[in-house]
Amino acid sequence: MSLNGQSKISEILKKYRSELLAAWVSEQMTASIRKDSLKEIEMREESREFLELLVAALDRGNLTDIQTSEWRPVREMLSSISRDRSHKGFTPTETATFIFSLKQPLFTRLSSELADDSQSLIQEIWSVSTLLDKLGLLTTEIHQKVREEVIFRQQEELMELSTPVVKLWDGILALPIIGTLDSNRTQGVMESLLEKIVETGAEVTIIDITGVPTVDTLTAQHLLKTVTAARLMGADCIISGIRPQIAQTIVYLGVDLADVITKATLADAFALALKRIGASITRNQPRN
Amino acid sequence: MDEKIPILKMGQFLLVTIQVDMHDRLAMTLQDDLTNRISQTNARGVLIDISALDMVDSFIGRILGNIAKMSKILDAETVVVGMQPAVAITLVELGLSLKGIRTALNVEKGMALLRRAIALTPEEMPDDRAEV
Repeated sequence: MSLNGQSKISEILKKYRSELLAAWVSEQMTASIRKDSLKEIEMREESREFLELLVAALDRGNLTDIQTSEWRPVREMLSSISRDRSHKGFTPTETATFIFSLKQPLFTRLSSELADDSQSLIQEIWSVSTLLDKLGLLTTEIHQKVREEVIFRQQEELMELSTPVVKLWDGILALPIIGTLDSNRTQGVMESLLEKIVETGAEVTIIDITGVPTVDTLTAQHLLKTVTAARLMGADCIISGIRPQIAQTIVYLGVDLADVITKATLADAFALALKRIGASITRNQPRN
Repeated sequence: MDEKIPILKMGQFLLVTIQVDMHDRLAMTLQDDLTNRISQTNARGVLIDISALDMVDSFIGRILGNIAKMSKILDAETVVVGMQPAVAITLVELGLSLKGIRTALNVEKGMALLRRAIALTPEEMPDDRAEV
């Protein structure tokens, strides 16, 4: 990449700024499927600002490394655009199109400018193409990062939703577990259950695992730990809602649930719990 | 060396309330005293209240288990009551599930459990309120 070539690009950008901008915007408009969510004025403004920053960065003469400080304004601008588009639900392709659609007008302009010098034309196109590719990848990367942030936040929220301890009856608590049990979660669940046992003086606790999709040795161990801890505090534990597949898995894994009372459904477990505390429910009217 | 955990006799039961930090020697002393008292008094049940205890180590956990086993040999049921959640979690993490021990949430429930365990008729029940 000759120094001469570098200056040429920024020169062309400066000279034909308005033409390039118009061509670029129209290129983006045709490429964009979501004309509704991105107005042309907005797009023009973004593009104009980007071109300005690009020219400023190009003037420093560095075309190969976009991680340096002179490219920071460009990077920041791109990241804010990517973020914005990611939040609006754009795909990575649509986001990167913002950069890649600049290629066509720029190349056209370059080839008409350097029509008589094919050697430098190729060089120019090569360096511009590499640069735009890098910038395009940057938008994709940022797009990805924004998505990952969303996933991470949702994970945390899921953890906070966690598991409520429900009081079913005086002296009977229920713990309906929904979703996979991992070490982190079990610790929290165990603590809140034990606190609640102290608080309510419950004698029987029902752990319902109808909503647990799969059980592995670790999960089973966590469950057993919770049961044992509750028993140490003086509360009996009943596990209910074990699905057939989970029962099979537990046996194949060799987990010993012999010391734990298990019931098929929460209703069965509740009936047993009532019996344990010496209460009973009767029907006042015969069922129709 | 001087400090001792008091053992209260309530009818046929012995009541131990641990209110100080258990260290190893104290635990051993308790084990000694308790077994002696059980055979002296012919106690049928032992209630150990550990609600004031917010830390246990594996040694204390094991001593508690041992006390229960020894009492059983001396024909007395043991109930441990008032275990703190943190203590329960610690014991489970240490792998001590204290299988032989009966547990209850508080002294009242522990007493009821003991009575059920040794199947006393209501007339024979000691009047624990008067003694406390």
